[in-house]
Amino acid sequence: MEALKQTRHIGFWTGIVFFALMAVLAIALESSSGGNTWLRTLNNIGIFTALALSLNIILGQTGLFNMGHIAFFALGAYVTAVLNSVLGWPIIYTLPFAACITALFAFVVALPVIHLRGDYLLVVTIGISEILRIAFVNDIFGLTQGPNGITGIQRIELFGYRFMSQFAQFYLIWGFVAITACLFYFLEHSRFGRALNYIKYDEVAASGNGVNIVRYKLIAFALGAFWAGMVGTIYAPFIRTISPGLFEFKESVLLFAIVILAGGGNIVGIVLASFLLVGMRDVLTMFGDWSMLLFGLMMVVIMIIRPQGIMKPRRRQYNAGHLVGKFPSGIGKKAGLSAGNQAEVVE
Amino acid sequence: MSLLSLQNVIKKFGGLTAVNDVSFTVDEQSVVGLIGPNGAGKTTVFNLITGNYAPLSGTVTFRGQVINGQKPYKIVQQGIARTFQNIRLFQQMSLLENVLAGRHCRMHAGLFASMFCLPWQQREEKSAVERAMQELAFVGLDAGYDNEAGNLSYGNQRLLEIARALATDPKLIILDEPAGGMNDQETAALTELIAAIQKRGITVLLIEHDMNLVMNICQKLVVLEYGAKIAEGTPEEIKSNPKVIEAYLGTSDDE
Repeated sequence: MEALKQTRHIGFWTGIVFFALMAVLAIALESSSGGNTWLRTLNNIGIFTALALSLNIILGQTGLFNMGHIAFFALGAYVTAVLNSVLGWPIIYTLPFAACITALFAFVVALPVIHLRGDYLLVVTIGISEILRIAFVNDIFGLTQGPNGITGIQRIELFGYRFMSQFAQFYLIWGFVAITACLFYFLEHSRFGRALNYIKYDEVAASGNGVNIVRYKLIAFALGAFWAGMVGTIYAPFIRTISPGLFEFKESVLLFAIVILAGGGNIVGIVLASFLLVGMRDVLTMFGDWSMLLFGLMMVVIMIIRPQGIMKPRRRQYNAGHLVGKFPSGIGKKAGLSAGNQAEVVE
Repeated sequence: MSLLSLQNVIKKFGGLTAVNDVSFTVDEQSVVGLIGPNGAGKTTVFNLITGNYAPLSGTVTFRGQVINGQKPYKIVQQGIARTFQNIRLFQQMSLLENVLAGRHCRMHAGLFASMFCLPWQQREEKSAVERAMQELAFVGLDAGYDNEAGNLSYGNQRLLEIARALATDPKLIILDEPAGGMNDQETAALTELIAAIQKRGITVLLIEHDMNLVMNICQKLVVLEYGAKIAEGTPEEIKSNPKVIEAYLGTSDDE
């Protein structure tokens, strides 16, 4: 593929190896006793990985502090649940609706607040997600059935195959994660992905180079929400009963922590951080009342050991070495200024 | 006809009149210097041209079209690129990616094309990288294309900003104190570079305090003081203009 020739995609191949290993691991777990619990944990991690990848577009790539991402996930799940349980649609047909309605919602609520910076945006997004959750609790339009939520959501059926067991859903969820990671990886290595980074690092310079800031920020928000809506569609039939209690503020915080811990929008970092935080939370439940205390303690330890995040933000690699020295210089034969042609490392 | 012209442009910040009724023109393929003491409103004039500020009154005309009040990203598309006085590079990104930022306004790939790696998007990306490398080579920084911009020396950061601006295919490039923080040797190289930019058919408008540089390369100078234009002309005319001498050196009470 041209994309692979053009740049050195190490991360891309790392991803392929990782997902292949995951597929093998699932088979091993399926055939072992007690493997089902682990598959369930892995599926949970998968859901959160996909969500964190979608938040990464907004927070990691564009630098917009969205602390209410769980609202988009919730909306997607509720749209699917309502269409399935009230109107009887097969789950798979609800996917585009859940995604588009969520994206539209994100676009409309982001439009008036998109110019807010840093923590101001953070506070507004918390507000948006809480308003939505409370609307679900209050059985808005008589559709969401209040605090008890919607029950009896069907399983996903694809080409006549019904994804029932944890094992089957594992492939569905992690397949979705793999596709997401792949598409977002390509997006990151493009004009679009760079524009998001330019906005994150310096809005004035980005605008001065022709980046339409407001447009890109809104698209980033809508895209992140679109994806979270789709994850919602996968999640609803996975747990079969959805209620407002699943979409509390603390879940947004967890997602936020995953993206920050990943380090500068790094996709590999997102997967690792999801395993670490979501996996840790699931495993720690065996300690009962102590679990949250231990979770907090571990967060503190991580922030002391790796304050910059698990991974370094990876600079994109461009295959431009063959172009060095090919073009004429405007300052005679001398390359660069007195400092020489190499960058000086000032640390 | 002139490439850029400002007519009676006024900009106020609260009670302060930063730019007071300034008019001047920039001819195609010339190098024009905007000089004046600190706080004379030179950078504000630049910000009015590039759309960072909108003038209170007056017009900015570029290639026969009124451009004031437009957003910066639109003005870049029309062919005005700039560098910043306090360097605004994307410090954590590579040299090449910084220059690619300049290509942004000439590329078309959107969300869908990028996500699915459409063939035309790949071709566009490839030619953008080539073009960016060309501009890096033009300022002599191509060998270090993969380095982080923040690690460059001060002088080279200024050059990188120029490369980024050139990558936007400008008709007019606006340089805000390009020699700021450069030593003599670096300034000499910069002088050569500005001449080379002019040779490419690009018009240059610059703010600079280094009078040697300004007198050497500018065909025309515009002098500002307290937001108002006090003189305009060739370097020779400006050198002997009593108002300019007064603005720069002050007058003695004895006279």
